[in-house]
Amino acid sequence: MHTHIKILLLSCLSVLAFAACASKPPVKSAAPAASSSSENSGANSAGADANNAAAGAGNRALGAGAGGPGGPLARVIYFDFDSAEIRPEFIDVVAGHARALAANASIKIRLEGHTDERGSREYNIGLGERRAQSVRRALLLQGVTEAQVSTVSYGEERPAVTGHTEEAWSKNRRVEFVYLN
Amino acid sequence: MQFKNALQLFGLVSLLGLAPASRAELQIDITQGVTDPIPIAIVPFSRAVPADGGLDVAEVVRHDLDGSGRFRSMAIASMLSQPTRADDVQIADWRAAGNDYVLVGRVTATADGQLSVVAELVNALTGQRLGNTQLVATAVNLRNAAHQVSDFVFQKLIGARGAFATRIAYVSVTGNIGAQRYSLIVADADGENPKVILDSDQPIMSPAWSADGQWLAYVSFENRISSIFVQRLRTGERRQVSARVGVNGAPAWSPDGQRLALVLSGTGGNLDIYVLNLATQTLQRFTDNPAIDTEPVWSTDGSVLYFTSDRSGGPQIYRASLAAPERVERLTFGSSYNARARLSPDGKQLAFVTRVGSDYRIAVQDLASGDMRVLSHGSLDESPSFAPNGMSVIYSARQGEQGVLATVSVDGLVTQRLKSSQAEVREPVWGPFTP
Repeated sequence: MHTHIKILLLSCLSVLAFAACASKPPVKSAAPAASSSSENSGANSAGADANNAAAGAGNRALGAGAGGPGGPLARVIYFDFDSAEIRPEFIDVVAGHARALAANASIKIRLEGHTDERGSREYNIGLGERRAQSVRRALLLQGVTEAQVSTVSYGEERPAVTGHTEEAWSKNRRVEFVYLN
Repeated sequence: MQFKNALQLFGLVSLLGLAPASRAELQIDITQGVTDPIPIAIVPFSRAVPADGGLDVAEVVRHDLDGSGRFRSMAIASMLSQPTRADDVQIADWRAAGNDYVLVGRVTATADGQLSVVAELVNALTGQRLGNTQLVATAVNLRNAAHQVSDFVFQKLIGARGAFATRIAYVSVTGNIGAQRYSLIVADADGENPKVILDSDQPIMSPAWSADGQWLAYVSFENRISSIFVQRLRTGERRQVSARVGVNGAPAWSPDGQRLALVLSGTGGNLDIYVLNLATQTLQRFTDNPAIDTEPVWSTDGSVLYFTSDRSGGPQIYRASLAAPERVERLTFGSSYNARARLSPDGKQLAFVTRVGSDYRIAVQDLASGDMRVLSHGSLDESPSFAPNGMSVIYSARQGEQGVLATVSVDGLVTQRLKSSQAEVREPVWGPFTP
């Protein structure tokens, strides 16, 4: 399928990106990476900052503190409307998590896929699952084992932010990385 | 024949079933009620205070009938008299006040501690007695008896079965992000008498009624994964029927109540539709496609499933028979986004969510002709569900920051917004007629 090919290509790209920056420290947050993408407006990077703050709060609530496995890596990445492709600016984030997981096979992670509120709820469960799976495949391609990764899709049921604007929606189309130990 | 305005013309066209499909200019502008509602006097019933628990039966009937958009009830303050028996109705007075019909009645306490409800309907133009209904109730279910009086009037004057004495289920959400509580609620069709069936700090989704109205199936994330439960309403007894790896979603009862169509993803994350036999726990695969296949709906005879799939790109509605699930037929074409279908009780129409521009609205499509009409006007309308008489559709809409429930008649002429508290309400599903 079309989407699958794209995911595979992106995953390969992310392997390259990972290899290229393997000697560098892990990416701190998505915002600096976002600014390097010509397709992303300043508004989007600003949004990403706010997003990480919101997602950080979410992760704390879920019991995975910022000091846990994965270190200071962003715990959330964002997606375009109706898309499960990992955006270029988040490839390093995924690669950083892959490295942390591949380095220690006892670490387990749950990928929580989310969508914005538009459209039907069960279909959105499907889209959220597709996003979580897209990240899962990228992790597996980078040496993470299947036993380390589980997925859950919340669809539109657990938004990160309220509001009914594109700004709010862009913060809700996401995958959260939740370390389980 | 002269039409006051274009709206009335569209209404008539739609009533005659001549409205062509999916043409934006032919969408019906929805009014609050029909242009010519039936004028009726609903006279206060004599009451059995305090045995009736303070419930004013005539007031409930008035609310039901006015809310249907098809009646206009007379103000009590304008009534010259308040008879409680057909024998005492002076039709000239009621006719002079512009009424076509008069409903009178009485609630009395019976010797065995129950309540007797009697209602009589009189034609104010001819004086003809149109019939009466007699019900026995208790203080606890007197409201339901009142809804049955509304059903009686609706049947007599509209010629169709009323759906006032039925129930709805919906999901209610309170609290701010990060501290939300989710409740599954069953209420009277008018939103009154809400009862919490399940309460959780994790999402609850996709309630579905069994055909006999005794059970609800739903999705709960209470175990941090999606699981499907079935719950008997009378006792609260419940059973987890699917908690497989990955997505467990979109449960739908077969008409015979023996099976549940549902959606599973497995570890691979690809959503497909299965049929679970509830007694044997055996699972039969229905779709096998790399697309998202979800939101199954049974045909009335249980031989066909309608469902949403994005196998052609965006989500559209398809159907296939259980006997030959590989022979899939696409049903919707009018928009790039058509999802979450529900079938009308007579099996002839589908209601679903359709995207119009950047808005998500409720549409109804005639299965024989393929004609589609958009019935709602919101920007985030979702989760349509037919009334058991097939005459209207309940759905959720966004009003400011709040999710609210609304109904629209299938002819598009009558809209109604359901009373709701501060909570966000969503995913309404209309229960079946109960004996």
